Amino acid sequence: MFDTLKMKLIQKNQFIPDIKNAKMRDTFRGLPVLDNSKINSAVDVEKICPLKALKTNPLEIDLSKCSFCGNCERKLPEGAVKFTNFYKLATDSKEKLIINEQTTSENYYKNAVAIRKEIYSIFNRSIKFRQVSAGGCNGCEMELNACSNANFDMARFGIDFVASPRHADGIVITGPITKNMAYALENCYKSTPEPKIVVLCGVCALSGGIFQNSTELNREFLDKYKVDLYIPGCPVHPLTFINAVLDFIRKK
Amino acid sequence: MNYCTIGNNQKINISDIPTLNCEIFREQLAITNLRPLSYFGCDWGEKIKIFALLADDEKNQILISSTDIDKNHKEYNSITQDNSQYHMFERELYEQFDIKPLNHPWLKPVRKNQDKYEFFKMQGEQTHEVAVGPIHAGVIEPGHFRFLCQGEKVYNLEIMLGYQHRGVEDLMVQNPTNQLAESICGDSVVAYNSAFSQIMETLSDTKITKKAQIIRRIALEAERIAIHIGDLGAILGDIAYMMGKDVFGVTRTLVINTMLEISGSRFARGLITTGGVNYDINAEISNKILNMLEEVKKIVKKMAKTALSSATVMSRFEKTGTVSTETAQELNLVGLMGRACGIELDTRFDFKDELYKDFERKPFRATNDASSRFRIRYKEIKESISFIKKLLVKLKEVEDEDILVEANENLSPDSLCVSIVESWRGELVHCAITDSNGKLKRYKIKDPSFNNWWGLSMALRNNAISDFPLCNKGFDLSYCGFDL
Repeated sequence: MFDTLKMKLIQKNQFIPDIKNAKMRDTFRGLPVLDNSKINSAVDVEKICPLKALKTNPLEIDLSKCSFCGNCERKLPEGAVKFTNFYKLATDSKEKLIINEQTTSENYYKNAVAIRKEIYSIFNRSIKFRQVSAGGCNGCEMELNACSNANFDMARFGIDFVASPRHADGIVITGPITKNMAYALENCYKSTPEPKIVVLCGVCALSGGIFQNSTELNREFLDKYKVDLYIPGCPVHPLTFINAVLDFIRKK
Repeated sequence: MNYCTIGNNQKINISDIPTLNCEIFREQLAITNLRPLSYFGCDWGEKIKIFALLADDEKNQILISSTDIDKNHKEYNSITQDNSQYHMFERELYEQFDIKPLNHPWLKPVRKNQDKYEFFKMQGEQTHEVAVGPIHAGVIEPGHFRFLCQGEKVYNLEIMLGYQHRGVEDLMVQNPTNQLAESICGDSVVAYNSAFSQIMETLSDTKITKKAQIIRRIALEAERIAIHIGDLGAILGDIAYMMGKDVFGVTRTLVINTMLEISGSRFARGLITTGGVNYDINAEISNKILNMLEEVKKIVKKMAKTALSSATVMSRFEKTGTVSTETAQELNLVGLMGRACGIELDTRFDFKDELYKDFERKPFRATNDASSRFRIRYKEIKESISFIKKLLVKLKEVEDEDILVEANENLSPDSLCVSIVESWRGELVHCAITDSNGKLKRYKIKDPSFNNWWGLSMALRNNAISDFPLCNKGFDLSYCGFDL
């Protein structure tokens, strides 16, 4: 037992104190900034971006389709696309995820997640999610698990994953929603008591991602029900997820 | 001989592969003591060609053989009735090409038609069934488990998967990209992307630099360390030893944040590409990796030793979820789980990877139970740390080389190519076949989980359901790697 307790002494405090202003490593590929003037000749967009997130004339990236692989940064003329380490990428609508030359981290973040008064009054700073992996590759799932580890420790903000939809305030969906999971996903949503929210997590959930052309998907769920929060990333970084939820349930 | 032989990461012309009469083909697979690497069908005009890839672990060779099945007469006598290692492959073949293996003991769906799935049944006093899933209590992928119990004891666990099926093999044929390869299984990004890139490089005769190869190996070992540490934490979490869970969870962050430093992604997405790697490991990052490894080694050693000397931990680990070596051999368990059950298989060494030539493997004393599955991870973390250190020395010798070469676009026509990578779970087999125009015609992936899921079923027999989380985490198999 003493050896076990000794580990605590060696480890000390590991949590990130200020999660809203946590510093991300410079190499992280977060929000891209674009410069149209660097592109002089025609480019084969399809070849650079198999996810069809990139558009030219004018330069545009749809973050709901972007897997942040960094291929456009490397293949386009230098400076045309530059991935910054800005990680607060979540928005409350799909349109806001399309970024162009004017987008900077400030004006992207300012309007990204609008304050909804009813959210605060209903959930009162605490929110519990049921996670449903509907074809997710285990990348987003591992990162969502990491949100609860001793570094990020999102439980201290009242955010948590619970074991049953009956205990949940909303569901977090990862993966492109396969045919085989469509029924279970809808069932899980219906089992969650009202009022409830829907969060899409990761590029596969947002648009199908690299699997968008697959015949094995069934994304009807998203046509039927309203989505409250879109969190891009491949996979979603724990800081992106926690900040997204904190912004979503904030009062002002 | 009715086989042709090739090595790992080599290609062969389709016409050089012997096409046997179906009966002879069946007979030789039924009696051979070589284990199957992959067994799959491919549409061949009026026929369907079945390829069988066997591993000769002693001679470091892959043996290939094939047969033709007429599209009007899609059945043959199953191999499974004589050699149980083919039972999953034949079920898959039946589902994908409607070729019926006659007398197969349980020809159930693999990934599709889940509503038609018939579970095993048990009747009698005090018997009951417990159904779990597809959505589980934790944040993990979906799968359905059906426990047949008498009283507290589990008689049989049946596992139904397929919820994750995204049609990866078809997408791969339509548009083979690195982005797709690394999205197949998000916890083995480096392994999947390496295997895919090696296939494309072999088929297009692109020769990548030694430096790029070394960086790929470093990333592969770093991935192994990261996931193993995470698993050690998860195993301890499932027996409510929270200190271990938290300490290992935090230690894993050190490793994946170093990956972030190298490649811009915590799981090394975007690092590997056809033709080499995208990001260099320079002297500065090299030093950071070494420092990180020292730190990680220190903490992991301390924590693992503390856990393994704790009576509460060991009383839960010992004799829980035992799979005998004979059963493991019969089921053809591979990789990490094979080694935990006493089968010494490691494709890094069996198929003589040039860069692992002078590395040594220490023997492992397998006890086939949960403690064995914990200790093998601890041992492999230590080994991988020393491998990375040696690889970093090798990297220094080839400092001036490029990391990326222009990949040839044209693939050689009418060829079959195999690439085997030892992912952290075990042997990952990618196999590609091209048509006469040099386009991909078939892309077959076999994840180590494809073999090992049945091992988990066997581990649960005669244990209580409450031991399931411990066994499941010990195996930590891939749902999406199986479902594709």
